[in-house]
Amino acid sequence: MTSANQIRMPAGGASASPAGSQTAERASARRAETRRKWYEIVGLTTPAVAIYVMFVLVPMGFAVYYSLFRWRGVGPPTEFVGLRNYTLAFQDPIFLDALRNNAIIVFGSLLIQGPIALGIALLLNRRFRGRAVFRLLVFVPYVLAEVTVGIMWKLLLTGDGTVDALLRSLGLGGLVQPWLADLDVVIWTLLAVLTWKYVGFAIILLLAGLSNVPDELTEAAAIDGASWWQIQRHITIPLLGPTIRIWMFLSVIGSLQVFDMIWVTSVPAVRSLGASATMATYMVDNGFFARLWGYGNAVAVILFVISFVAALLFQRFLLRRDIEGAITGRAK
Amino acid sequence: MTMVANSVLSPSTGRRPVSWGTPLTYAIALAVAAVSIAPVIYVVVGGFRTTPQIVADPAGLPDPLVWDNYARVLTQSNFWQQAFNSAIIALGTTLAVVVLGMAAAFVLARYTFRGREGLYTFFTLGLLFPAGAAILPLYLMLRDLNLINSYYAVILPQVAFSLPLTIVILRPFLSAIPKELEDAAAIDGASRLGFLWRIAMPLSRPALVTVGVLAFVASWNSFLLPLLVLSDVNLHTLPLGVQNFSSQYTTDTAGVLAFTSLAMLPALLFFTLAEKQIVGGLQGAVKG
Repeated sequence: MTSANQIRMPAGGASASPAGSQTAERASARRAETRRKWYEIVGLTTPAVAIYVMFVLVPMGFAVYYSLFRWRGVGPPTEFVGLRNYTLAFQDPIFLDALRNNAIIVFGSLLIQGPIALGIALLLNRRFRGRAVFRLLVFVPYVLAEVTVGIMWKLLLTGDGTVDALLRSLGLGGLVQPWLADLDVVIWTLLAVLTWKYVGFAIILLLAGLSNVPDELTEAAAIDGASWWQIQRHITIPLLGPTIRIWMFLSVIGSLQVFDMIWVTSVPAVRSLGASATMATYMVDNGFFARLWGYGNAVAVILFVISFVAALLFQRFLLRRDIEGAITGRAK
Repeated sequence: MTMVANSVLSPSTGRRPVSWGTPLTYAIALAVAAVSIAPVIYVVVGGFRTTPQIVADPAGLPDPLVWDNYARVLTQSNFWQQAFNSAIIALGTTLAVVVLGMAAAFVLARYTFRGREGLYTFFTLGLLFPAGAAILPLYLMLRDLNLINSYYAVILPQVAFSLPLTIVILRPFLSAIPKELEDAAAIDGASRLGFLWRIAMPLSRPALVTVGVLAFVASWNSFLLPLLVLSDVNLHTLPLGVQNFSSQYTTDTAGVLAFTSLAMLPALLFFTLAEKQIVGGLQGAVKG
């Protein structure tokens, strides 16, 4: 910031009073320097800006435009229907089921993964032999592709598979059920699998956050006679605030777009009945595979608006300071 | 190199002596780790069994050990072609993300100009956009550009989706390089670009590796975009391959287990090598 002032102010002064030729020379050198700086700025940022605009922003704009038409994707869209695609979506019980399922995944993830991860992270927040190996192992599900994980769990869960056999051998045979085929059960099964996949990420993130809590604070509290739980409750957890909020943010945005896992695990029939559909699977089923491009794009816009509003609310009420300080690592 | 990265990103390393911890710590750690990897081990081991064995006793051990499933997947399926496609796409994405992200982050960190913060906000907005929501119009656009069924159809959008996070991670790293270093380089006759190439790049290698790893893993695992834009079977990536194989050979459980294990392997290996870097990067990213 200061460097800019130093460069700009004398330059302005020089052009205001054209004194000796030396000053003029220096001024023109500075102007050349400024021009070069702008060439560099433009040259270095343009590729990133161009590709980002072209493949992220422009498609979103087109989605809004196409969503106003009834259009099968052939030729230019001509049949303007206004907001009809949107009202159709909200009248379709399958779409409403998809919304409900997304809500289950969003809140289910927050309420199940959060406490589990926090508990485990607090209990494991000490250096112990093998911690590195532990971190490696809990991170494994997160690193695997959702598709691989989905196929894996599908094999474990379908048709009297391994999970059922395991339950029987534990004397819990009464729990056995068609995990991925029962319309009332499937979404909870998928929530469980998603929890299995993503809880490790929450644990690692929280452990990383915990490593930044100064030992001096907790040690001082312990000397003052605070119990382990009091230390966690009043010192550690509040200091973890930014990490927890960033994890919540990532979890909500991720849960709203969940697609791969649902797509590969649940039978299309189950999905098309709304039992396991999410906004994303509904969008692809209708827009891409049924070639209802106008309608599909309307669903895309709804998904986008819901995610964006959620993100803005987070930004406004929870994340404002954290984004500055924590996610970007810019210390205050 | 990773050692340097780690000591930079987690200065607390080595502050406390490593202790053995309590039995409770171990019990919890073991239980959590077991739950995390048991299904994965089951899949890998299951690949060494035959389908009748699995049907008869789902939770048993291979007896006798059968190599046939793995051999079959490696010789008769499209596994190698798909692994090759995944590698090309992931490497292309990673390279482009790192180069473009570095260039933009460098400007946003080291140049002072009107509109800089606006440009930064413009990129960070991308963090709030669900990439999945843009997939249908993206498909239409790629179709109009005649890019469907090409590596570019996957690489270009993935680069675009990865740029916001890349810039958010790289910028503070580049900003943290002391001004004195830049001045010293200027005195030695280096231009700003010379400073970028000779000083900023080497210094931010840990951050570059982190964003590279994140972009690579995201690309390697991606499914929805390839599903829509790669209808040509010869261009299919591994996630598409896993999905095809499992729906094509539904009765061949052992074969599907073998294919799934093999598809997991590269990601697991790669991750094991880069784990320190990813965790270190996250640690850096959530640091206040």
